[in-house]
Amino acid sequence: MREERTEMSKDDDRSPPLDLRGADIAESSSKTRNCVTGSGHVTGMNPMEFQAPYPDQVLENVLENVLQFLTSRRDRNAASLVCKSWCRVEALTRSELFIGNCYSVSPKRATARFSRVRAVAIKGRPRFADFNLMPPEWGAHFKPWVAALGSAYPWLEKVYLKRMSVTDEDLKHLAEYFPYFKELVLVCCDGFGTRGLAVIAKKCRQLRVLDLIESEVADSDMDWIGEFPESGITCLESLIFDCVESPINFEALERLVVRSPSLKKLRLNRFVSIGQLYRLMVRAPQLTHLGTGSFSLAEGVAHGDQEPDYESAFAACKSLVCLSGFREIATDYLSAIYAVCANLTSLNLSYANINAEQLKTVIFHCHKLQTFWVLDTICDEGLQAAAATCKDLRELRVFPIDAREDSEGPVSEVGLQAISEGCRKLQSILYFCQHMTNAAVIAMSNNCPDLEVFRLCIMGRHRPDHLTGQPMDEGFGAIVKNCKKLTRLAVSGLLTDQAFSYIGRYGKLVRTLSVAFAGNSDRGLKYVLEGCPRLQKLEIRDSPFGDEALRSGLHHYYNMRFLWMSSCSLSPQGCREIARALPRLVVEVIKDEAEVNRGECEEHIDDAFDILYMYRSLEGPRDDAPHFVTILH
Amino acid sequence: MEKSIAFEKDLNLVATELRLGLPGTKESEKQTPSSIKSNKRVLPDMSEECGSKDNSNVSHVKKCDQEVAPPAKAQVVGWPPVRSYRKNCLKAKKMEVETTGMYVKVSMDGAPYLRKIDLKVYKGYPELLKALEDMFKFSVGKYSEREGYNGSEFVPTYEDKDGDWMLVGDVPWDMFISSCKRMRIMKGSEARGLGCAV
Repeated sequence: MREERTEMSKDDDRSPPLDLRGADIAESSSKTRNCVTGSGHVTGMNPMEFQAPYPDQVLENVLENVLQFLTSRRDRNAASLVCKSWCRVEALTRSELFIGNCYSVSPKRATARFSRVRAVAIKGRPRFADFNLMPPEWGAHFKPWVAALGSAYPWLEKVYLKRMSVTDEDLKHLAEYFPYFKELVLVCCDGFGTRGLAVIAKKCRQLRVLDLIESEVADSDMDWIGEFPESGITCLESLIFDCVESPINFEALERLVVRSPSLKKLRLNRFVSIGQLYRLMVRAPQLTHLGTGSFSLAEGVAHGDQEPDYESAFAACKSLVCLSGFREIATDYLSAIYAVCANLTSLNLSYANINAEQLKTVIFHCHKLQTFWVLDTICDEGLQAAAATCKDLRELRVFPIDAREDSEGPVSEVGLQAISEGCRKLQSILYFCQHMTNAAVIAMSNNCPDLEVFRLCIMGRHRPDHLTGQPMDEGFGAIVKNCKKLTRLAVSGLLTDQAFSYIGRYGKLVRTLSVAFAGNSDRGLKYVLEGCPRLQKLEIRDSPFGDEALRSGLHHYYNMRFLWMSSCSLSPQGCREIARALPRLVVEVIKDEAEVNRGECEEHIDDAFDILYMYRSLEGPRDDAPHFVTILH
Repeated sequence: MEKSIAFEKDLNLVATELRLGLPGTKESEKQTPSSIKSNKRVLPDMSEECGSKDNSNVSHVKKCDQEVAPPAKAQVVGWPPVRSYRKNCLKAKKMEVETTGMYVKVSMDGAPYLRKIDLKVYKGYPELLKALEDMFKFSVGKYSEREGYNGSEFVPTYEDKDGDWMLVGDVPWDMFISSCKRMRIMKGSEARGLGCAV
């Protein structure tokens, strides 16, 4: 299960909006002190500052001792804006560096400002790139970062990367530069393989965490598990590799687990059979997080009488709270997990093709469940069962077994309604379905006031309320109106500008908004850009928003992390206008791969483009842009 | 307002439609012919579906295509927004459930009738060749890249997607099973033509 580290993923939304057009930011000027906040803001300084005497050294020491207790990124950003002295001291005491967009600030600038960093988090590609909307090789390379981090922070302990391209060479450098390296977390990354993992395993003697989450790992035919030191106790606490699509050396893994008494989190890939799982579980009953691997018999092994007692292996894991895996589930074995269900707070069955009856036998025990990921094969009936038992549910994700527009829809508004009635504490929902009604969405908005994340994906494009035939405007309107804590919203179905009017009017805390195949006119986007002051990430595809709408966000783009618009009604001229009006914004236009292959020259700006991706940055146009990216100016 | 036009399903206007922006391209590797619906599916609320969209935008999407889809229904790239890793994992399982094998005909020179085998069952060439040897009661000789099969008058060959007859064993296994249409175990003089020493 992908665990969002909350301190790493929430963005800074308390900085006041800034007018960067007026700020004359001379890079090398010593008079104008530029403070770079972690999220890439630039602020000019109050001229009164320069008349003050040299900052009291004692005061700074006191400040340092106080500020080191500030852990929240937002608090630190705010503190750094108080005055030059606070900015300087905050920079000295910040130990966790979060870069929300790897191109918003250069490694050099970041490392120059923050000198005592021990943990770094960097995010790269935009999320819509996950859905093949952009050619690969767009960028987000870890390479320039690893070099700069290597020289600036030899004591670096933790690296967290999301949607970055990391090579085996980069991993090799990580292992070489940082002798105290403890934690590597790669989420939705690519570009590396088992060769790189082998180097990490071999060289990072203090490694506590190696988490590979939804990343693409090339199979370099390397036994990376075998590269962990063969003797002595390891400090390993977390080993997550369920996304690795190549077999591993099981014997080496078993030996590793035996030598890792601190191991709490272990998530196996689908090449680990249930028999092998058993062997690991009996050696690691202290586990709190378990990914079961395939949860079926190895190929060629028959269902026999001599099978191990899976039930007792699970029962022995008294600390187990998070269960996932079931990559190729043999449903006969599902009953083995009953013993742990009562303690589970998190259950991920989203790769398990099970029906309602099979789910019921499990979910019946899961009274403490807070996080539940599942496939829609459980149908509305399965969701009703979950709603009846899981009164403490906070996060629900329902994925489609058949991700096509015209497939059968096993879940519908019935399931959503049931969840809303049973799970009143719900905070986050991601729900894929074919059919939905406004009534059910409105019900959820009333029943679940704690909702922070509402992502509804009606898979058929432009599909209205299937009972009334009305657009889904009222449903989403109710969500933004009634769910006062809402920060993330993804809309779908047939939506008119009215839906966006609601979002602009009520969605005052919305930070992330995803729009697809929605709206009628520029007004829709205008409502949002003018109405949502906290908006940070806006991703839109295939919606009729044009240049005029784009212009209406000029006052806000410096406060955003990025804007993505693909297959909308923008023109190159409209985008160029934005680039000219906002010099600190990098405006990328990206062409569709098919067009690129036909040999259309990218210098001819007036050609149509497919994607607008723009983001604030202190560095200007990046120098690693591939040929299909044009940066406007 | 865009209406669903009846003749669209026959003329396949989608393919010739001029547009700016991302075309509604086929999700080529995901759709197999057997999974495409051939009947037009009419939804009762078809007229509502098209909505009141402003038609001035040039980057059309196929607004009402689901109900007037031509037989070869194209999926829009990246929609629904499910990451390909997840799609692939589940698709593989679905296909197993549907028990679609990869059956190809195998003929042997001189044998009165053909056999059919499921390529998916085998993990690689050694297993496949062993199975063929057992099935047809022959030996296949030793394979080398330079000389093909040495020491036997039987040579396993296959017809690939392009219609060419190829020597079994030259390409990686995965490439082989995805491109093999049928197999033929050649014998005698014809086999010699492929450069095998007998």
